[in-house]
Amino acid sequence: MQDRKSLFLMTPALAWLTAFMVVPCLLILTLAFFRRGVYGGIEYTFTLENLRLVIDPLYAWIFLKSAWIAGLAALIASVIGYAAAFAIAALPRRNQPLVLFFAILPFWSNYLVRTYAWIVLLNREGLIVGLARGLGYEGELPAMLYTETAVVIGLVYNYLPFVILACYAPLSRLNPEIAEASSDLGASGWTTFRRVILPMSFTGLATGFVFVFVLSIGNFVTPALLGGGQFQMVGNLVYAQFLTANDWPFGAAISMVLIAVMMLFLTLQTFVAERGSGGGLR
Amino acid sequence: MKAPASLTLTILVLVFAFLYIPISVLVGLSFNAGGMPTAWTGFSLKWYGSLFQNQDILRAAWNTLIVALVSTFFATLLGTLLAIGVEIRRRRGRMIETLIFAPMVIPDIVLAIALLSFFSLTDFRLGLHTVILSHVVFNLAFVCAVVRARLRVFDWSVAEASADLGASMLVTLWRVMLPVLAPAIIAGALLAFTLSVDEFIIAFFTAGSSRASITLPMQIYSMIRFGITPEINVLAVLVMVFSLVTLTLAQRFNRGSLTGP
Repeated sequence: MQDRKSLFLMTPALAWLTAFMVVPCLLILTLAFFRRGVYGGIEYTFTLENLRLVIDPLYAWIFLKSAWIAGLAALIASVIGYAAAFAIAALPRRNQPLVLFFAILPFWSNYLVRTYAWIVLLNREGLIVGLARGLGYEGELPAMLYTETAVVIGLVYNYLPFVILACYAPLSRLNPEIAEASSDLGASGWTTFRRVILPMSFTGLATGFVFVFVLSIGNFVTPALLGGGQFQMVGNLVYAQFLTANDWPFGAAISMVLIAVMMLFLTLQTFVAERGSGGGLR
Repeated sequence: MKAPASLTLTILVLVFAFLYIPISVLVGLSFNAGGMPTAWTGFSLKWYGSLFQNQDILRAAWNTLIVALVSTFFATLLGTLLAIGVEIRRRRGRMIETLIFAPMVIPDIVLAIALLSFFSLTDFRLGLHTVILSHVVFNLAFVCAVVRARLRVFDWSVAEASADLGASMLVTLWRVMLPVLAPAIIAGALLAFTLSVDEFIIAFFTAGSSRASITLPMQIYSMIRFGITPEINVLAVLVMVFSLVTLTLAQRFNRGSLTGP
C-alpha cells in the first residue's frame, strides 16, 4: 500500500527525468556508433570509426592535456581547500557555521561572473599588472591572461568552496581527544597530523579532489574565456563538434569517453569513501 | 584538534582574500566613471543607468525571468512529490537513488549536448520552452534534495495519526505535511530559481540560435567574448547580488540545509 502511494508520488518526476535525461543520454551513447552524413546529418549505419578517432594521437593529446589541467587544478584546490577547512574547524565551534557560510558564498554567485572577474584582474592593463607597476616594477611582465595558468587559476577559484565544504565535514566531526591522545603518547604536531588527522579526514579530501577534477575536465567555459581559445580542452572539442563542425557522432563519441573517465573517478571516490568510513578508527 | 592560532588565522585571511578580492574589484569597478575596466577615474552610477536602457540586456533579463519562474514552478511541484514518495518507501531502490542523484553530478556539457541531440532528432523547435524543459531536470533534483533533508527529521507519527483519523493521502499531504515542509519547499524553490537564473551551458545549447531566446547568462557570455563594455561590470554585479540575496533568503528559510550541518 505504502509503496503504491510512493510510486504515485514519484511517477511525474521520474517520468520527467526519464524523458529529458535518461533518453537523451542513451541517445548520445547510440549516436557515437553511427556515421556522420555528408552534409553534417547522421547516417544510420553502424561504425566504430568515431571511437577509433578519439584515440587518434591528435585527439588523445587533447584528452591528456585536459586531464593534466584538471588534475593540476584539483591538486591545488585540494591543498588550499583542505587548509581552509582545517582552519575553520579549529575555530571556536559557535563561529564555524558563519565562517563556513562565507567561504561557500562565492560558489553560489554566477560562474561566468566569477570567471570574468579574473579577466579583469589578469589582463594586460589589469589590477595585478597595475599593482606590480605601482610597486615600482618596470620590467617586462609575462602575459597572464589567455594562458594555461589563467585557466588553472580560474578552475581553482571556481571550485575551491566545494573542496572546503567536502573537507570540513570530516574535519569538524573529528574528536579532538584523539589528536590529544596522539600528542600525549609523544607524537609531534606534524606526526599527529600525518598519521592521525589526515587519514581520518582523507575521504573529504578525496571527494573534493575528484569533484574538482570531474568538473574541470569537461569544462568549456573557463578554457574559452581565460584560455582565450589558445588551446582546446575536451569540453571545447565537444562544443565544436556539436555547434560548429556539425559532426554529432564524433562529438557523441568524445562525450562517451569523457563520461567514462568521469565515472571511473567517481567510482574510485565512492570506493575511497566506503573504505574510509570503516577504516578511520583502525 | 589543536593548531597554532596564528597559523589558522593566516590561512583564513589568505583564503578569504583569494575568494573575495576578485569579486570586490568587480564591484568597485562597476562604479568607475570612465568605464575602463582598469583605470579609476572617479565614482559614478552612470553605467547602472545605461544598463537599464540596453534593450538586449533587458530582453535577456526578461527571458531569464520567464525560464526561471516556469522551471522553478514545475521543479518544485515534481521535486517535492518525489521527495515525499522516496521517503515513505520502505525499500531503498538503488536505481531510483541514482536517477535522482544523477542530474546533480552529470556534467552540464554532457546533459546539454544530450538534450540538444534529443530535441533536434525529435523535431522539437528550439527556444525558451526547451530551456525550461531542460532546467526542470536539474532543478527538481535540487528541490528534492532539500525537501528530503527536512523529511529525515519529520515526525512520521503525525502523518500516521492523520491517516488513522481517516484523512485521505491528499488531505494528509496538504493539511499535515505541507505546512511542516513549507520552509524546506520555499528554500528548495529559491535554490532552483537561482540555479536557473545563473545556468549558462544547458541554456546555451538548448535555446537555439534565435536572438529572441537569449538568456542573461548567454548575454553575459557573448559580452565577455565579443567586446567588453563598461556595462558588463554592472550586469555582473547585479547578477551576483541577486543570487546572493535569494540564497541568503533560502538559507534563512531552511537553516543549514544548503551548507551542510
